[in-house]
Amino acid sequence: MPDSGPARSARQDAFVELDGVEVLYGGDGGTLALRDASLSVAKGEFVAVVGPSGCGKSTLMRLVTGLWPASDGNVIVAGREVDGPLSIAGMAFQNPTLLPWRTVLDNVMLPLEVVVPHRGRLRRERAAYEAQARDLLSLVGLAGFEQRFPWQLSGGMQQRTSLCRALIHQPALLMLDEPFGALDVFTREELWGVLQDLWLARKPTVILVTHDLREAVYLADRVLVMSARPGRIVAERRIDFARPRRLAGTYAAEFQAVVQDLRDQIDESRRGDGQGAGDAA
Amino acid sequence: MPRDEAVVPAPVRRNGSSRAAALAAAARRRRRLEAVLPWLLTLAALALWEVAVRGFAIPEFILPKPSAIAASMVKWWDPLLQNSWQTLMTTVVGFAAAIAFGLALGTAIGSSSLLYRGLYPVLIAFNSVPKVAVVPILVIWFGIGSVPAAITAFLLSFFPIVVNVATGIATVEPELSDVLRALGARPLDIVRKVGLPRAMPFFFASLKVSITSAFVGSIIAETVGSNAGIGHLMIVASSRFDVPLVFAGLVVTAVMGVAMYGGAQMVENRTIGWATRGMPAA
Repeated sequence: MPDSGPARSARQDAFVELDGVEVLYGGDGGTLALRDASLSVAKGEFVAVVGPSGCGKSTLMRLVTGLWPASDGNVIVAGREVDGPLSIAGMAFQNPTLLPWRTVLDNVMLPLEVVVPHRGRLRRERAAYEAQARDLLSLVGLAGFEQRFPWQLSGGMQQRTSLCRALIHQPALLMLDEPFGALDVFTREELWGVLQDLWLARKPTVILVTHDLREAVYLADRVLVMSARPGRIVAERRIDFARPRRLAGTYAAEFQAVVQDLRDQIDESRRGDGQGAGDAA
Repeated sequence: MPRDEAVVPAPVRRNGSSRAAALAAAARRRRRLEAVLPWLLTLAALALWEVAVRGFAIPEFILPKPSAIAASMVKWWDPLLQNSWQTLMTTVVGFAAAIAFGLALGTAIGSSSLLYRGLYPVLIAFNSVPKVAVVPILVIWFGIGSVPAAITAFLLSFFPIVVNVATGIATVEPELSDVLRALGARPLDIVRKVGLPRAMPFFFASLKVSITSAFVGSIIAETVGSNAGIGHLMIVASSRFDVPLVFAGLVVTAVMGVAMYGGAQMVENRTIGWATRGMPAA
């Protein structure tokens, strides 16, 4: 059945495009995580995906980065059908997932040891790469912590390190899966600013999965709303606040109105599916 | 409330520094006590043993006095040294083979679910065979000497290493390998950069178990089919009812075991300080 949802605004310059994607976990009779999901993200765009928990947001991340295959439909990134893990993507998760036996600096430089154009050059041009990593760390306020180990840092600092690791190889696509979900409110709001600065400086394409509507509206150019499982994009909303956005702006009436509007849409999407399976994580 | 009230200097600062010094001194005393405690306990146990044997007049061929064991060690120092050197060498050879083989097989089993399912049951079946029963077969194959002892040491000590390394690699957090896979890492990259370093604490834990097993293996083999080594010396001594010498053999074996354990511990503390968050492992 052709979906006439607002998400199907396929454009010529789409960098990430999902077309009628279905994801089934656990073979026949397994769980349908995504059904007829379609979306398109332009190059350099910051898109946030919100939805009730268990709606397949994380599945979407794994799908786009090629970590999990689609059972049906097409996933196209940078003009190519995704058929395996991409090397142009940087990822950050809710857990910082840093390697405890590496220093902060070595953790940040890990992608350089793996990603193809860099891994061959790393040995010869180590000093230049190390300078890049140090620059990135000081950009997120971690100058002076390069030789510490992750377990010597606070949760927020670990998450900053994780962001740096996702960005060090200058990925064209940044995939963030609730990166600030485990942090306290103050750290979270501070890191919104850090992430916005990083994005404004480099303009990668960003897909941010979150369940925090304020976070989505503060950071994104466009917010996509997913339905409860099996997930698909049921609504989208363009956010036109001027950049760089300020934290104070999130308390303004028009900001609150957008958040409230999105909240209503999510409630609607949960009711619409008639199962309210909010806790089926 | 006036703002400058908050920056009144704390009056306890000078007091605090002397308290810090006292705390540091107490910590030093405690560390010294911890260092000598094992020696004190050993000495106390030996003294109790000596007194009990003398008090109850236990005959020497049943339980010799520690002083008699020490005298025997002095008297027989040359054969003890030669035979313990022999045992140490066979054990080290068997143990080194166990480390190499255990790391290789553990890595293979831990990183491939196919091998995990296919090989693991076979390994467990193999490990259930009592190795002591294999020693006579090894003697038939390789003759009397060091070879069966080294092989027995290997057979007894590789299994814990395989299991631990495999577990360490197989239980890498999926998100951690996702980070690398999303960068286009090859499976070998993931094993090298994440799997093996993560398995190191498991590996060192297994070394401490298997170094003891390696000594057990070589000594058993020496008692069954060898003409050298501590095991052989103890068999000869017990056939002559020279029980103090048997005990002297035990003491030498314990010393070698502790020394090897200490070596493993030293390497561990240097390489995987991250796993104990900077605290030296016990």
